[in-house]
Amino acid sequence: MMRCPPFRYLAPETAAEAARLVAAHGPGAALLAGGTDLLPRLKRGQAAPDLVVGLTRVAALRRARAGADGLELGAGVTLAATARHAALTPAHRALALAAGGAATPHVRNMGTLGGNLCADTRCGYYDQPRPWREAIGFCLKAPAGCAEPAAARAGEVAGTCWVAPGGRRCWAVASSDAAPALIALGAEVTVCSGEGSRRLAVAALHRDDGRAPLLLAPGEVLTTIHVPALGPAWRTTYWKLRRRGSFDFPVGAVALAVRLAASGEVLEARAALGGVASRPLVVETDALLGRRLDDEAVGAFAEAAVAPARPLDNTDYQPAWRRRALREAVAGALREVRGDPPEALGVLARAAARVLPRA
Amino acid sequence: MEHAPATGRTRALRRLLVNGEPVDVPVAPHETLLEVLREGLGLTGTKHGCELGECGACAVLVDGVPVLACLTLAVELAEHQRVDTIEGLADGARLHPLQEAFAALGGLQCGYCTPGMLMTAKALLAREPRPTAAQVREALAGNLCRCTGYGPIVEAVLAAAPHVAGPAPLGAPAAAEARP
Repeated sequence: MMRCPPFRYLAPETAAEAARLVAAHGPGAALLAGGTDLLPRLKRGQAAPDLVVGLTRVAALRRARAGADGLELGAGVTLAATARHAALTPAHRALALAAGGAATPHVRNMGTLGGNLCADTRCGYYDQPRPWREAIGFCLKAPAGCAEPAAARAGEVAGTCWVAPGGRRCWAVASSDAAPALIALGAEVTVCSGEGSRRLAVAALHRDDGRAPLLLAPGEVLTTIHVPALGPAWRTTYWKLRRRGSFDFPVGAVALAVRLAASGEVLEARAALGGVASRPLVVETDALLGRRLDDEAVGAFAEAAVAPARPLDNTDYQPAWRRRALREAVAGALREVRGDPPEALGVLARAAARVLPRA
Repeated sequence: MEHAPATGRTRALRRLLVNGEPVDVPVAPHETLLEVLREGLGLTGTKHGCELGECGACAVLVDGVPVLACLTLAVELAEHQRVDTIEGLADGARLHPLQEAFAALGGLQCGYCTPGMLMTAKALLAREPRPTAAQVREALAGNLCRCTGYGPIVEAVLAAAPHVAGPAPLGAPAAAEARP
């Protein structure tokens, strides 16, 4: 039986108290929400906190509220509850697909939306049992066995990255499904600390470092996800590439949101890629503005969108295939939002966006 | 184990409602529901497969919802929380319709995934008494089986559905659903 190492456990009743406990304890403290990201890391020896602060008793984190300006989802709302939330409109399709397509039904019943945004980066050289990692001399993300985000934030580098052994950075992959979708929807989050709270765009939550992917101070707790109300002119989607129709993290993903004029021209657009860098990649969309989504615009946008992607040899599938398939997924997603019928979207569509019927 | 300082690492008694029976079980903060069920309560019907959330063999119902016992810290369960495992599925010597159908239609071979499959299917039928094959496949998408190829499992859940007594829809005649 794989077991978690022993730790102290506290279950505060407010997020501010949780933040204070973590801040006061220092780097040996870990926050626990749904447990689907933290517990495997504890069992693999990737983390060994001496204090775990459970968030299950923080009732406010499980609330969801719909208003005229959009939807406020507590960070502790499960992925399953997010995907089927009654206040999601057809324009929120990208979020329903991303939350409803993460992992498996069981994991979605446990894992939370906030936890998915904060999930650790993943890598084939890192997500292995401790003896496996020890046999290769560990890696730059965890040079002594456990991940060291504090060292990363301080700029210290030790150990070898087996993905790019000559380099001095960690290439572990941002694997959240929800993050690209929420970026495309223009969502924001509230994080609280012992001193107060602040609000930032989901697009500003992550940084391009596989060792410390969150731009949160230690002791800050993500409490709320603010999803804006989007009018009916918005069309959004999320396409996820993976080997199986369940279980797998994305090896490439695209979330798209466009607001179309009645004439078919793009008035606003947002897009983000998942699974191809250490953070969700925000895609430049200015080239789409004022244009109709004809095949030429779609092809050019897809080509440009994947240019900054850096798929490396640390996930399932070969990097070159992932880049090519992701380009096709971006094009397919764009054809979907311009209104092409599902049967015209090709085999990738059935694999990538199979979870929900067309809105 | 009891020599540990009082830092929260020592076991404390927790009362759970397991298969309808209140039980007091000692729980340490780092122990999973899987460890508590199998080792604390001797309920070894719930299987340990990957133990990392990647197979579904340990699926149990917490308040009727399928979750993975291997990724649930027992300390996080509420006092008197309802936990249902495979041991509570049969009614004494009488198998549950899902068990009957799995046995009759070849929904299992080695049997290791079966407790997780059955508990997940039970939750589906409670929520969706007449599921389509697609709904069954979606509900069981977190349960790996290396023997059957899944076909007979989906078939068995569909076959069991009419025999699983559920609350009758409002206005429907009472004894519409009899057990086999």
